Amino acid sequence: MSPKKDVQQGTLALMILKTLESLGPLHGYGIARRIEQTSGDLLSVNYGTLYPALLKLEQEGFIASEWGTSDNNRKARYYKLTRAGRKQLQREASQWAETTAILARFLNEQPS
Amino acid sequence: MRLRSLLARLRNSFRRPRDHRDVSAELASHLQLHIDDYLARGLTPSEARRQALLQLGGVEQTKLLVHDQEMLPVAESLLQDLRFGVRILWRNPGFTFAAIIVLALGIGANTALFSIVDAVLLRPLPYPHAEELVTLRESKPNFATGSVSYPNFLDWRKDNHTFASMAALRGGRSVVLTGLGDAEQLNAVLLTAGFFEQLGVRPVLGRTFTLDEERVGAAPVVLLSAGLWKRKFAASPDVVGKSLTLDGKAFTVIGVIPASFDLLGNFRGVDIYQPIGQWDNTALLMRTAGLGISGIGRLKPGVTLEQARADMQRVSANLSAAYPDADKNVSAALIPFRRWNLGSVQTFLFVLFGAVAFVLLIACVNVANLLLARSTFRAREFALRSALGAGRSRILRQMLVESVLIASIGGLAGLLLASFSTRVLLSFLPAALPRAAEIGIDARVFLFALGLSLLAGVAFGVAPALKALRQDPQETLREGGRTGSASRHHLQSVLVAAEICLAMVLLIGAGLMIRTLAALHHVDPGFDSSKVLTFGLSLPPSAKNPSPDSVRATLRDVQKKFESVPGVQSMAYTWGALPLGFDDEWLFWIDGHPKPASKTEMNWTLDYVVGPDYLATMGIPLEEGRFFSAADKEHAPQVAVIDQVFAKKFFPNVDPIGQRLHLNDDDQTTEIIGVVRHINQWGLDSDTNQSLRAQLYVPFMQLDDDNMARAGAGLGVVVRSDRPAQVFDSIRHANSEISSQQLVYGAQTMDELIAQSLANRRFSMILLALFAGLALVLSCIGIYGVVSYLVSQRTREIGIRAALGAQRADVIRMVLWQGAKMTAIGVAAGLLVSLLLTRLLASLLFGVSATDPFTLLGVAVLLAGISLFAAYIPARRASHLDPIIALRYE
Repeated sequence: MSPKKDVQQGTLALMILKTLESLGPLHGYGIARRIEQTSGDLLSVNYGTLYPALLKLEQEGFIASEWGTSDNNRKARYYKLTRAGRKQLQREASQWAETTAILARFLNEQPS
Repeated sequence: MRLRSLLARLRNSFRRPRDHRDVSAELASHLQLHIDDYLARGLTPSEARRQALLQLGGVEQTKLLVHDQEMLPVAESLLQDLRFGVRILWRNPGFTFAAIIVLALGIGANTALFSIVDAVLLRPLPYPHAEELVTLRESKPNFATGSVSYPNFLDWRKDNHTFASMAALRGGRSVVLTGLGDAEQLNAVLLTAGFFEQLGVRPVLGRTFTLDEERVGAAPVVLLSAGLWKRKFAASPDVVGKSLTLDGKAFTVIGVIPASFDLLGNFRGVDIYQPIGQWDNTALLMRTAGLGISGIGRLKPGVTLEQARADMQRVSANLSAAYPDADKNVSAALIPFRRWNLGSVQTFLFVLFGAVAFVLLIACVNVANLLLARSTFRAREFALRSALGAGRSRILRQMLVESVLIASIGGLAGLLLASFSTRVLLSFLPAALPRAAEIGIDARVFLFALGLSLLAGVAFGVAPALKALRQDPQETLREGGRTGSASRHHLQSVLVAAEICLAMVLLIGAGLMIRTLAALHHVDPGFDSSKVLTFGLSLPPSAKNPSPDSVRATLRDVQKKFESVPGVQSMAYTWGALPLGFDDEWLFWIDGHPKPASKTEMNWTLDYVVGPDYLATMGIPLEEGRFFSAADKEHAPQVAVIDQVFAKKFFPNVDPIGQRLHLNDDDQTTEIIGVVRHINQWGLDSDTNQSLRAQLYVPFMQLDDDNMARAGAGLGVVVRSDRPAQVFDSIRHANSEISSQQLVYGAQTMDELIAQSLANRRFSMILLALFAGLALVLSCIGIYGVVSYLVSQRTREIGIRAALGAQRADVIRMVLWQGAKMTAIGVAAGLLVSLLLTRLLASLLFGVSATDPFTLLGVAVLLAGISLFAAYIPARRASHLDPIIALRYE
């Protein structure tokens, strides 16, 4: 198995929010799979951090959850984005874009 | 962390476990979904399960992480500590009960006193920008802060540049209301215009006085208090414009003043407010008159007290130049309003607050000692916990949680105690405390009690907790927690010594106050106060403009009637000064001396205008000559009697009898016919410090015609009776038989007047004695507890000594020595601290010095004796130990 990177602290929340925005209501396992797939299997979601992160987002009111049934008839807890979560996602995404842009400019600077 | 999630987590922390999130189910479902995926990819069921489990990692760790995220770990473990603490306290009811009682007493006493101090001193005055308010008095010969004459006040108000407004008041006036049910005596206050506006008080109905209505000769108007409005007019809104007959004169009601206004208690019980110009006192417009008028001014914004003083100095100097006869050496005295009204109680309240803080300290030390003693027994528990991996901070927290828990329960009980006891405490203080109406248990007091409890909990919890931490768990476990180290005993002994020191300071404070009160009770006021009743009398106002002769005739009839009341031994009218009640002064010069150029250069004397039986009624001894008889009446030659101080001061070398005086700028002379004993006009304690002590008596019936005509509206009566408190009912009955329009009111025995003058001191003494007693009991419990504990620790040793032949006396001596050491250190430290602190009491003391050796030594001996006795009980018990049993002990 190729060595995978653990998801960086702080970015996991943003990834969860984005996943829920793209795919709609989803259970924890689905979220983890989606993040791993989107990263081209470069990232590995640590479950020990996923569930606390989900709980934290729920406590903050960005996502809501309820028990539901999966496609293959399994019981699972489904998470969905709330209105506050949508706003938070926009905020975080633009901040992230800004940060990476700044960082890129730094890294691309030519030695004079 | 966002507030929302903080609250969610806090809420979760207090939920029952089964209401917590079903992480297990979610993780199980996660696992199942994962397995399904692997199965779909073609793995065998067992392989799929193995891979999924591998991927998922530690289920229990994840659960723990979720759990931590779900709740606040700090709050959660705190909750565990709390539950454990409750269990521990529940299992040791004796200890818990003792600690809670001790703390409830300490916190309760502190809370009660705080509620008083807070309401009286700490809370801002209930007036807008109260810091701008200044009390105005007149500084003049004999009086640094004497009353202001109305003409001077008018000029001050007109000529100053530093005050935004200025008003004057004269309280303590009594008028008779007729024409509205039975005739009734009302308490009235005289005011100038702008008084209420200056204090930001709005009438609940109508309006206040205008400047025009203040003037002498203006149409009579009156403001009602809300109390009178409710009582007499059922709070009817159409009272404005109605007419009220006061002292036989019709006043138009123009407004109602709210019930909440009492000028910091000065206006308690006031029924009506009249413009000062309505005062039928001819002296009102005299510039030299001292009629008890005070001024209150509001400084312009930004003006300092010093600037205002300089300004008023200028105004006063101009007045001195313009009216040298009246205003020479007279100037305005400016005192911050707050200090004038609260300054006198500030010292004794802060002294008491300090004393009660000592009580709490002692209570904390006691509980700390209890905890220390217990921590020995719990040493094993803590060693075990730390051996099992409990961190130091966790153990420390556990102990603090327990002590704060005890303190909180104690604080709650203390709050209850305070809410009951505050009123009881105040009942020791008959009406002397300003702002007493504002005292109560409110949010501030509650917060104070809460803060105090937490502080106390930490204070007495921290020492035993640190102690427990310093122990080596291995050692403790091996020893089975049997032996305490020497240093622990040391700490407990220091705490007990500190307790004794604190108790010592309180006992000395209480001792000094008791000696002060005893000294004051031994002060001879110069008269026999025990059987004297004083009250006010006002004749029916029906006869308008009474002639002086008709007033005299009526008063003679009334006197006959009153003298015939059973129980009345003698009675006399009084006008002018009344000892310990109120003062009045006259000017005079001695016949044969040149007439002074101005009134301010004349001599002053207190004046007592009294009936012939005054001396017998008051029990004042006659020293020389004779007192008045019924023959010393109007139109008879004018006579006077002086006291010893007057005689010594003005006739040092001649016999005063037969000398003549010019009284009140009168060209006629009055002959001195007798000398009586000096009486303490100014109070039991301060009379000798006053500069104005000369006393002059003149016959009541020789009062000048102007004043005699006014006297019918209100004069004083003193009555001698074996039952002074009860005889008033009979007098009132006899009075009502004369006329329903004639009133007697305001009865007080002379003993009550004296008690009132000592009220603040008695309050201090009672509380200090109470606190000192509490401190004594607590420190005795402390010393008893510690010595008993030491004995129990040394049981084996004592047994060995006894087995080796030590006598009982030796054992007693040995144990007692432990107590004696603590006592000696505590008493010595207490003496030192007392020497530093009792000077704060100095202003409350009388007839005893703040470092009175008798009190200091007496208390030291008393405290040492009681402490040693407290140590003797366990010592004696130790001496009776059977060596066999003692050796088998443990």
